[in-house]
Amino acid sequence: MTDALRAEWTKLRTLTGTSWLLLAAVVVTVAASAAIAAATHVSPGGPGGDSQDPTKLALVGVDLGQAVVAVLAVLAISEEYATGMISVSLAAMPRRVVVLAAKAANITALTLIAATLATAGCLISGRLLLPSAGLDQAHGYALVSITHGPTLRAAVGSVLYLGLIALLSLGIATIARDTAVSTGIVLGLLYLPPLLAQLVTGSLRRHLEQIAPMSAGLAIQATRHTKTLPIPPWAGLGVLAAWAAGALLISGTALTIRDA
Amino acid sequence: MTTSVTSSRNGEFLAALRAEWTKFRSVRGWMIALAFAGLMIVLFTYLQANGKHEGYCTTRNPNSCVTGHPFVPSGPGGEAVADTFRFVAHPLIGNGTITARITSLTGRIWAGPANEAPSLADTRPGVTAWAKAGLLLTPSTKQGSAYAAIMATGGHGVRFQEDYTHDQTGLPGPILGAAPRWLRLTRTGGTITGYDSTDGTTWRRIGSAHLSDLPNRVDVGLFATSPVTYGGSATQATANFDHVAVDPGATVGTAPGGWLGQNIGTGLDDFYTTLGTGSDQRSADSFAVTGSGDIAPAVALAGGDTASDSLLFGLVVAVIFLIVIGTMFITTEYRRGLIRTTFAATPNRSSVLAAKVVVVGLGGFAVGAVAAAAAIPLAQHVMKGNGDYLFPAGPFATVRTIAGSGALVALTAIAALGIGTILRRSAGTILLGVVVFVLPTFTGPGIIGPTSSGSVATWLYRVTPAAGFSVLGLLPRSGLVSYPYTMANGYYPLPPWAGLLVLCAYAAVALGVARFLLLRRDA
Repeated sequence: MTDALRAEWTKLRTLTGTSWLLLAAVVVTVAASAAIAAATHVSPGGPGGDSQDPTKLALVGVDLGQAVVAVLAVLAISEEYATGMISVSLAAMPRRVVVLAAKAANITALTLIAATLATAGCLISGRLLLPSAGLDQAHGYALVSITHGPTLRAAVGSVLYLGLIALLSLGIATIARDTAVSTGIVLGLLYLPPLLAQLVTGSLRRHLEQIAPMSAGLAIQATRHTKTLPIPPWAGLGVLAAWAAGALLISGTALTIRDA
Repeated sequence: MTTSVTSSRNGEFLAALRAEWTKFRSVRGWMIALAFAGLMIVLFTYLQANGKHEGYCTTRNPNSCVTGHPFVPSGPGGEAVADTFRFVAHPLIGNGTITARITSLTGRIWAGPANEAPSLADTRPGVTAWAKAGLLLTPSTKQGSAYAAIMATGGHGVRFQEDYTHDQTGLPGPILGAAPRWLRLTRTGGTITGYDSTDGTTWRRIGSAHLSDLPNRVDVGLFATSPVTYGGSATQATANFDHVAVDPGATVGTAPGGWLGQNIGTGLDDFYTTLGTGSDQRSADSFAVTGSGDIAPAVALAGGDTASDSLLFGLVVAVIFLIVIGTMFITTEYRRGLIRTTFAATPNRSSVLAAKVVVVGLGGFAVGAVAAAAAIPLAQHVMKGNGDYLFPAGPFATVRTIAGSGALVALTAIAALGIGTILRRSAGTILLGVVVFVLPTFTGPGIIGPTSSGSVATWLYRVTPAAGFSVLGLLPRSGLVSYPYTMANGYYPLPPWAGLLVLCAYAAVALGVARFLLLRRDA
């Protein structure tokens, strides 16, 4: 296993794309958060005037940054198939599940590091920008602070969320084996259900938000009105974990029984 | 010589086109994905249409609630109209004239909470800008009938209007005791002419209308109505008339029972929200008429559903499929090195790019248009079966929606092809394609939050590729109705052609950069 980990680490480390994508994930996440915080203007007493969630708003960049993380994880395996490297990898390490596990461990570790930086950046930008958007103490909103229990949970949860997105993407890419197809599937799976949820109503919408990987997983970012969420924060992250576990399980099986 | 050069260029392009078409159609996965994308459009349109169930309550008692939609009249042109007012009618046989002086126009505005049924118990005085009172001529008192009318309005001066959509301006200014307005309608055959005057002696012609198939006996009379405000409050208007005269035939007072006051369309089954019930009082040749409602094009207040609204999600799904196909159409050539063979066979690289654009564009257009052509009638059928109200769409608007859906899918596929040519990598192209062409469509209420979503969503649908979805917009706007024509009410901020043009611009920029790099770079 150590050898497998080292081999995968070398492959991942020496790809030029990896460091760029990690950097892009951090920059995109923080920039999106900052841009939306800067564009937000909450008028006190207006519709939804007291229902804003500053922490969730500060972390909104994760919605976009996850796409970069997904691509990073997809490329880790699909490029091996594209170049034929996968045959060499599997010849060197005949226990295929170990290869997949080593890849997953490396990708997750890198993603968690980038996600920690990104989340910290988001919280700092939210702390600096949101008070001027009308979410200040005069209107009953506290500053975004990591010492606040739910905010800490949202921040840690966002890091874990991105890690799980990487695992889900790796799993899907191992099943689909093609960069373009895997990227399309992952992004569709993440972004389409929230759109569909906006177009339907009632219990269907609630169920959709409970089972969709993005909607359920991002429940972890909510710090206010958590009672009215379709799914509680940790349960929501659990749904995403189940998606990732399912994808890895199927991909592990597929990798074992299929020809490379 | 020029001719032969041109024809050889054309020949090269046609050969490239044939080559690209062969490459495109012989990848079985792409063909399956194209068919699947079309199926997704139909499937999700069906699901979305089927999820719409309307119902309404005739009183605040929940037992009075029924499924289906309250009645929305259709105007002479088949368009949805509001036709709800108080009418004090008098028969007119053959040609003739009705004249009256309007001395005041006042009103009341519902001041209670928005979620309660409006009643006169909680109102404030005020007259809305499109409160209307005046003289009206119509062959029938049925809702949606043809008509011509001259009227004083709350804030738009004297107007001559016919058949809900046509409008001509007369004397400006509000009706005050010191500035009454004389109004006159004259019928000559099928032509109705409207006049106004400040003194009853010098008349000024405002305009005329031709009502086809007008019977010999028509109704003329006094009317009053007052529409829902921009903010959504029901209103009521009261107008005082004197010097009322119908010529020929019975003048006021000589024909007992000649005048008949009635509510047109005011009722619990009518879609239009009214304040109070209409009434009229008469003394000799003076009348006071009170009414609520509107005589104008209906807005989405009537239930803004159209079958094409149901296309949105299916199209987004199809767009993702076509982004992947458009990307792979070029990136797989780079991956496999086929691009060198392609350029060796067709040295004019612009021709290759153009051929790819045509092939992937036609593929996308076919999928979008064929699926929309199948999905729209299906959605209409399902929605009718559910008792939903379908905002009427003419054949032109339906064809526009079908062609627009095809163009939307095609342009996105072409843009993906352009980005793919620039980046030469699948993952980055699809990432960029989805982020730029799909995410703006629903970034807004779901992500940014309820407060800022209104204006942010509007801007996203103006300047991002999401503007292309304006081709789904069918609801007509009217300057004769004060109504918030917003995204939330089902109105796209851009007209269909302008929205498509925005998407075109994105595709054109991607292609332009792609062509520049393609000519400059080594393959």
